[in-house]
Amino acid sequence: MSAIYILWLRELKRYTRSRAQIVASLGQPMLYLLVLGFGLGNVFQRAGYGSYFQFIAPGVIGMSVLFSSIFSGLGLLWDRQFGFLKETLVAPVPRIQIMIGRTLGGSTVAIIQGLLVMAVCLIAGFRPAHLIAVPEALGFMVLIALLFAALGVAIGSSLQDMQGFQLIMNFLVMPIYFLSGAMFPLTNQGKVLTFVTALDPLSYGIDGMRTVLLTRAAFQPAFGSFTDLSVLVVVGMVLLVFGAWRFSKIEI
Amino acid sequence: MIRVRNLKKTFGQFTAVNDVSFDVEEGEIFAFLGPNGAGKTTTIKMLTTLLKPTGGSIELDGLDPLKQQNEARKRFGIVFQDPSLDGDLTAWENMEIHGVLYHVPHKVRRQRTEELLKLFELWERRKEQVKKFSGGMKRRLEIARGFLHTPRILFLDEPTLGLDPQSRNQLWTHVKKVNEAEKVTVFLTTHYMDEADRVAHRVGVIDHGKLVAQGTPREIKDQTATESLEEAFLKLTGSTIRDESANSADAMRQFAKMWSGGRR
Repeated sequence: MSAIYILWLRELKRYTRSRAQIVASLGQPMLYLLVLGFGLGNVFQRAGYGSYFQFIAPGVIGMSVLFSSIFSGLGLLWDRQFGFLKETLVAPVPRIQIMIGRTLGGSTVAIIQGLLVMAVCLIAGFRPAHLIAVPEALGFMVLIALLFAALGVAIGSSLQDMQGFQLIMNFLVMPIYFLSGAMFPLTNQGKVLTFVTALDPLSYGIDGMRTVLLTRAAFQPAFGSFTDLSVLVVVGMVLLVFGAWRFSKIEI
Repeated sequence: MIRVRNLKKTFGQFTAVNDVSFDVEEGEIFAFLGPNGAGKTTTIKMLTTLLKPTGGSIELDGLDPLKQQNEARKRFGIVFQDPSLDGDLTAWENMEIHGVLYHVPHKVRRQRTEELLKLFELWERRKEQVKKFSGGMKRRLEIARGFLHTPRILFLDEPTLGLDPQSRNQLWTHVKKVNEAEKVTVFLTTHYMDEADRVAHRVGVIDHGKLVAQGTPREIKDQTATESLEEAFLKLTGSTIRDESANSADAMRQFAKMWSGGRR
């Protein structure tokens, strides 16, 4: 247990020490939120979907949780490169504990990042349907963070160095983001897009957050919160097991 | 204490370690010598559960590191050849993580960390991030960290690389001390033959993945009819210079150095 704790704490310390990085990682969500949120607001409204700013805010929160959790998992590659990974791998601690410590640490960081973005949204004018919605949305953030931190660890364990990083970014992380419906409604889409977006686990996370955060008048859920929860929990578990298995296979 | 039989490791076409067998007795200091790329680090990685051997068998304190990984890991400590510190954490925190991972009780951990950081003259800078340290300081911290828990077997992979004579002296004195006082078995590699001659009870010389000689430094010198271990070594392994092929991890490390302005 203490091994899990110390590795979790390490992720947190690394996060709080890179203040420049915290600010920088708030930049991208803010661009989406403010530029797209206000820029497309008129068109969205005229199409009869209500406020785009309200609509996109949960999407942007989901995005920042996705990015920071998956990157924390890929942080494994940095640890491999700077050698710290070896130090943890030869320690007399079951690898599953090391993997859990890292994943929990990465998820915690992602959740903090998501909460920061949520605070920015609230300051910029985002209004949740009711107060209880915020902790409910936090629950979804936790699930998203765990799922993608585990995916990040699985990928990080499988790659040898940072050369595959750009590939992962372009062919995995960005598609997960764009296909999740973070920026557009998933209802009333063509068959292909409906099918593809339904394969994206993040779709369920963002749909769930919107379902709890927005009023029924402003948003029609694509899946419903029960489906959202079930998919996130099941896929999350599968990825945690898969990540742990990949992690146990690392050789240096 | 360490028993290796017909150990073999291949990477694709390349055979890094080829049919190596040796024994290290309890309480012995064994030096593993060889030119660059001879297979020293690969052997250590297999002994310390980081790599799976292609063939052969290993026993550490009677345990098979492939089957009883955790039990085997409890037996040894290691100082790696290349850096393995977390640069974003302080010296103290790096020691702390190591102590927790190796189940060193809280009180002992504090006390030993203080002793070791003082011994390797890092105590004053314990609260600084490791990435701000010089190369020599980082090296000293890694060594101090290796001594934090008391293993039955201590692996030292080129521990003196980049150390000044003072720190080197400090290191070997400490190695001898734990070897004598706590009966710790030491398995080390080094490029400095005088060190091996002075510290090691027995040495093994490896070249192109094969063990070409083993015995006490005296025996090796007698076998080759030479005056010093250095001459014996050159006689055994020839005088051509070897190149270690740089792998992609090394290339990335170079790249990262460029980006972080050489601070890492």
